[in-house]
Amino acid sequence: MGGVFNVNHFNYLLLGAAWTFGLSVLAMIAGGMVGFIVALSRISPVAPVRWLAIAYVQLVQGTPLLILMFLAYFGLTVAGFDVPAIVAATLAMTIYISAYIGEIWRGCIQSVPRPQWESAECLALTKMQRMRLVILPQALKIATPPTVGFMVQVVKNTSLASVVGLVELVRAGQLVNNSLIAPLTVYTIIASLYFTLCFPLSWWSRKLEYRLSVRRAQVET
Amino acid sequence: MTYKFEFADVIVRLPLFLDGVWLTCQLAVIATLLGFIIGTLCAIGRRGSNVGLARACGFYVEITRNTPLLVQMLIVYFGLASIGLKIPAYLAAIAALVINVGAYTCEIMRAGMDSIHPGQIEAAECLALTRAQVYWHVILRPAAERVYPALTSQFVLLMLASSIASQISVEELTAVANRVQSETYRSFETYAIAALMYLFLSYVMRLGFWIFGQMVFTRRRKVGTPM
Repeated sequence: MGGVFNVNHFNYLLLGAAWTFGLSVLAMIAGGMVGFIVALSRISPVAPVRWLAIAYVQLVQGTPLLILMFLAYFGLTVAGFDVPAIVAATLAMTIYISAYIGEIWRGCIQSVPRPQWESAECLALTKMQRMRLVILPQALKIATPPTVGFMVQVVKNTSLASVVGLVELVRAGQLVNNSLIAPLTVYTIIASLYFTLCFPLSWWSRKLEYRLSVRRAQVET
Repeated sequence: MTYKFEFADVIVRLPLFLDGVWLTCQLAVIATLLGFIIGTLCAIGRRGSNVGLARACGFYVEITRNTPLLVQMLIVYFGLASIGLKIPAYLAAIAALVINVGAYTCEIMRAGMDSIHPGQIEAAECLALTRAQVYWHVILRPAAERVYPALTSQFVLLMLASSIASQISVEELTAVANRVQSETYRSFETYAIAALMYLFLSYVMRLGFWIFGQMVFTRRRKVGTPM
């Protein structure tokens, strides 16, 4: 009991931060892939596919991530898999990210100017070609700033993986705090570690956004 | 899959869930109102000519937006208690939610205020409106009208985020679900029901905001037209 915060504690927190980072990357990749499918389904010409995607997005966006964490953790157990916490956490984060980023990317795809779609069609490109060669490259530029901005949310929300027992930054902090009983110190350090992870992303996103708006203004004039 | 779903044990604890829903609603409503006020004041501060105040507001927004709500709650509840400032979990949750949503509201409102055309403000000044009148009639209300959809989604997200208060022992919906889960061992069913209730709450909230918007913003202008 007691004791002072020393370098070993700090190393333990850094290990937790590494897990936070790892989970963020994993979840972002998996969530991005599912989110891409969600985005394309949302603008599909087939109505039932569209409805399904809308229902999925509404369902996930109306449920807290914390509940999704519990559902993924216990749901996988119910389905007969005995999985480590990281798998459950990644699954929950993937579902969460796919619904939000799917909507962001749909907006970006749809904001590619209408004439671009039409002229691609006039050039006798197939639907696949039009998407791949004309629309997506342009949508990518529009999508970069909000995607980077959303990554901040992802990093922050991995903190909820602590509830299913993954020893990421918050859980590591709680464990350190249990032995030191110095919540203000420990949690402030945790907050600053999160800030170190998130602030560069926020800053980068803002910069990208500014650049995009300058380019847009140039196009318009 | 050999698992059999069994909702009966969970359903009989419905009154508990409703207590949780009620507390979640309280958290959401109080934090929305206070967060909106703080966020708007902060946005005014950030735009103002007082450099110190603008910096302070910017600092608050950046710190808050780049750290997780869970950590903020832990600091407000456990951190403050450890230096002798012991507040009930309920108040700590509200404080953390207000701090959090205030920062987001600040950014949204600032974007709205920045979108007001300078000519409008100059025209108002020419009509000899006082600074307070200019802010209220020419800047704040049109700005709020413009960013209303963004504010609405932020407040719905806030309601969902109030589930994190369960981690500091506030007996809202998620905490109730945790309790029911540990009593019945029907974990999946319990959280599925909790999820449905959150879904319902978020729809009710959206509907409420829509009706409120129709009542307050009667001019119903298209977004993008000059103000």
